[in-house]
Amino acid sequence: MSREPILIFENIVKKFGAFRALDGVSGTLAPGEILGLVGPNGSGKTTLINVIAGLYYPDSGGVRSQEQDITHWPMHKRARMGINRTFQIPKPFKSLSVEENIALAYHYGRKPAMSPQQALDFVGLAPVKNQLALQLNSSQQKLLDLARALAAGPRILLIDELAAGLSHQELQVVADHLQALAQQDIALIVVEHHLGFVNQLTERVMVMNAGKEIFQGSLSRAAQDPTVSAVYLGTGS
Amino acid sequence: MLNTQLVEAGKRQRGRLLINGVIPFLVLVGFSLSPFVYANQAILFQMMAFMALAQGVNLLYGFTGYLPFGYVGFFGIGAYGMAISIQLLHFPGLLAVVMGGLLSAIIAIIFLPLLRLSGAYFAISSLAAAEVLSNVVSNSAMIHITNGPYGEQLTQSYHPVTSYVAMVIVLVLTTVTVIFIRNMPFGRALMAIREDPVSAAMAGIAVVRSRSIVWLLSALIAGLTGAIFGWHLSVFYPNTVFDLNISILAIVFTLFGGYGTVTGPVLGSIVLYGLYNAIGISDPQYFQLIYGLLIVALVLFLPGGIISLIQRRGNYVP
Repeated sequence: MSREPILIFENIVKKFGAFRALDGVSGTLAPGEILGLVGPNGSGKTTLINVIAGLYYPDSGGVRSQEQDITHWPMHKRARMGINRTFQIPKPFKSLSVEENIALAYHYGRKPAMSPQQALDFVGLAPVKNQLALQLNSSQQKLLDLARALAAGPRILLIDELAAGLSHQELQVVADHLQALAQQDIALIVVEHHLGFVNQLTERVMVMNAGKEIFQGSLSRAAQDPTVSAVYLGTGS
Repeated sequence: MLNTQLVEAGKRQRGRLLINGVIPFLVLVGFSLSPFVYANQAILFQMMAFMALAQGVNLLYGFTGYLPFGYVGFFGIGAYGMAISIQLLHFPGLLAVVMGGLLSAIIAIIFLPLLRLSGAYFAISSLAAAEVLSNVVSNSAMIHITNGPYGEQLTQSYHPVTSYVAMVIVLVLTTVTVIFIRNMPFGRALMAIREDPVSAAMAGIAVVRSRSIVWLLSALIAGLTGAIFGWHLSVFYPNTVFDLNISILAIVFTLFGGYGTVTGPVLGSIVLYGLYNAIGISDPQYFQLIYGLLIVALVLFLPGGIISLIQRRGNYVP
């Protein structure tokens, strides 16, 4: 963790009306590092991803990457500087083919990037590349999200619940793939409910509850932390 | 293996562009020659004007999903921009037409915030915007600029042949523009924005800028068309060029033919405007009813227009 961080977010506050979805969250991420973002439903994980990706602007606090304050940058500008993401509910361009989906990101995204063919091969969608995105099943659509993000040349990749709905074998494959990406110096934030999956991926996790970070460190230590046990695993334990 | 595939894809792409090129060529030849065999030039001219407007609607609706019920606003502004250039600045006709188009684009810049709305909200607010423009132009306080409700008389610049030729040129250029946008990555990007603006932005596409470019282009098309239309008539009133029916016809022609294609609006304009003139003369009162029903039926049962019947079988339609 001695490397210069590629992403810094500080004291992020995001309110929806009176509800504070994020209430002062901070963190850093270095190239090639995987950060697991865990916490119960509604704890603000996806909101944090949305703030980093630029879907929401925070009410206060800042996001920095590659020596720039990107707090109020529009999404496409962040995509072009190498911030990309997948979506909890996949969002492909349904009436375009799988290949066209990826080719668009390659054309407009950051260079250097995986070519559309490489991205297709990487996620294993090459056999269906000529199908329309709407013809894919939901786990294929998630992989398409991932392939599209990869073709946009990410340096920071935000993965929002990729594992949900995948089979055990698929999970293993995806975990290997994400690790391979980290090896290529891409920084990853992985939002996940599936703790086994997080465990396979990374040691470093951030646990959130009610818009706040309640723990940062290794997953094994998180399980022993009394606050984490109380809010995340239930008071019974 | 991969190489041959690429070559094949390249050939297909070139083949498609060639087929696409046939459409503006047919439009050019058709409207250039038809005055020699068909005497009613007014009908030919108006068909061209509606075809250009339908392509403008096609550009906006077909590629971004914004349905502009107030599209006529740009048309009317184009006509008045042209008329003011002739009356007050004493510009020659063609230059005045260009001014009309530019004024329309400037108005489109002012109304850019409308694009923040979506769906029915955009459709209705664009209608309101057109109404505002119409009321400003026809206001008697504007009498020294627009001659208010009394309309424009441009008899000194009346050039039926030149204006007809200008309309042919604008129509062909419009058609070529639609072909370019449809076949460029920019067209794909627009379709991606229509499907999912958030994903499109994450793919690195500048959503707001792309939409704005299309908005300005479609305003420019309507403005130029309105300007030539006014020039060709040479006498018109605010009601003539801000008539809501102009929007409705352009939209119906586009929906009927098939939006998002080049052929759709051409086909829709020829068939429906032809029909309009065949039946409309004897029983004009039925037309609003027929077009109203047609919009409902198309949106419900054939949203892709008649072109989609051919596309459904896997055929490529330019």
